[in-house]
Amino acid sequence: MADTTLQLEARRPADAVVAPGLSWGRFIGVATILGLLLLWALASALAWTSPVFLPSPARVWDALVRAATIGYANATLVEHMAASLWRVGAALGCTLAVGVPVGLLIATSRIGRGILDPLVEFIRPLPPLAYLPLIIIWCGIGEPSKVLVISIAMLAPIVISTVSGVRAAGESQIRAARSFGATRGQLLREVMLPAALPSIFTGLRIALGAGWTTLVAAELVAATRGLGYMIQSAAQFLVTDMVIAGILMISALATVSEFFLRWIERRFLPWIGKQ
Amino acid sequence: MSILSLHNVSLRYDPDGEPVLEDVTLDLARGDFISVIGRSGSGKTSLLNLAAGFLPPSSGRVLINSRPVTGPGPDRAVVFQDDALYPWQTVVENVALPLKLAGVAPAERLQTARRLLDSVGLGEHGQRRIWQLSGGQRQRIGIARALAARPEFLLMDEPLGALDAMTREMMHGLILKLWNDSRAGTLLITHSVEEALFLSTRVVVLAPFPGRIVLNEPFDFGRRFLSGENPRVLKSDPAFIAARERLVTAIHDEETV
Repeated sequence: MADTTLQLEARRPADAVVAPGLSWGRFIGVATILGLLLLWALASALAWTSPVFLPSPARVWDALVRAATIGYANATLVEHMAASLWRVGAALGCTLAVGVPVGLLIATSRIGRGILDPLVEFIRPLPPLAYLPLIIIWCGIGEPSKVLVISIAMLAPIVISTVSGVRAAGESQIRAARSFGATRGQLLREVMLPAALPSIFTGLRIALGAGWTTLVAAELVAATRGLGYMIQSAAQFLVTDMVIAGILMISALATVSEFFLRWIERRFLPWIGKQ
Repeated sequence: MSILSLHNVSLRYDPDGEPVLEDVTLDLARGDFISVIGRSGSGKTSLLNLAAGFLPPSSGRVLINSRPVTGPGPDRAVVFQDDALYPWQTVVENVALPLKLAGVAPAERLQTARRLLDSVGLGEHGQRRIWQLSGGQRQRIGIARALAARPEFLLMDEPLGALDAMTREMMHGLILKLWNDSRAGTLLITHSVEEALFLSTRVVVLAPFPGRIVLNEPFDFGRRFLSGENPRVLKSDPAFIAARERLVTAIHDEETV
């Protein structure tokens, strides 16, 4: 009996070293969010500003519930979210299909780099609102324009991360494949692309951030659905609670997609960070 | 009889600079085990890169069976100093890679890869990942992968350089056994005199600035080990000790110049 007690006593300090570090960090995170909510509630309860500028958390919650049940601006919240998610997802697919091959070409071919690198560098710093009118003139006001605007914003991170990923492949890893008779295509498929995947994934996460950032711009013109459209409709009538509700929903979708990517990374790319 | 030969080969990285290798002539036949040893800067690794076809010589010729070498190929498999394995593949997939590149069907190449893993004593680790293994195990995988290409020549660039002394000794026996089974003409770059002496049918000493051959001598300690002699007895044989002193002198002679 005495022995058992002693062992339990002895084990506790070891656990205690690890556990508080984790829960402490999480505690700070939760406390920060709660503190901000409290400050927000306080600011509106004490009427520091007009509700037009800052509606109370309760009103924003009401707006969310209203949008989810009755709907707002011609559609329910779920429909708005689905429309936005579809646009960002479709743009992501298009960008990957174009950006990864472009990155591979830049990284492996001198001619490819000569042609494509200046183009990517030209597109990279452009703000979406600047090329939006041009896209509308060229492609009309339909769905393709919206996807295209988001795709362009996502392109540079994907291309650049692919290029740097391919360059991260070890000299001897490449030489090994060549010494076993790899053709150019095999070298690309068996060594360069897998070696670049961790970097491409980092690029993907940055691109997704850029995609959500561009969503509102893309939904500026002739949209009838989407979170960006919902926010703009609400803004026109100074329905500030709905604006904030929309912002919170974009942030929620972005967070969920980020966690999804991290899960994929852990599940399918276990070698990341290992040598 | 396959022969990989370097004829009066010189190599300069910079056209106006000192040559890295000057007028090197060396023949590696099937069944040979040649160790190349020398101080840093003597061009050991450059010699291997020339033989592998990673670099073209600045002058002279690199030939396989009298045909000029134009690039790397599966007839000359390379084992790298930093194992050069692929962390995105399992151990058995790494070993099977040369067969995959050659278009061998999946079932057949995995079977061959498992057999090779058995032969380097890692049969049970096929499904593991590279980073879960020790340095010695990783080099054994590198050797198994090179042998999967069924090469005529095996080019090893200081494969044991990063291993501890005990693991090295164990690897020596394994390398000799695999060499004896495959008969691949083996070129080993090393900076251990004992390793070179114990393993090789021939030891070549390179002197630096410019890299050139200053000693080229045959030995039979590896063959004696394979025919059953005790490695400890071999290494304390007066002939072994005398040869070691000769090689050490050849390596360090140039330093006084």
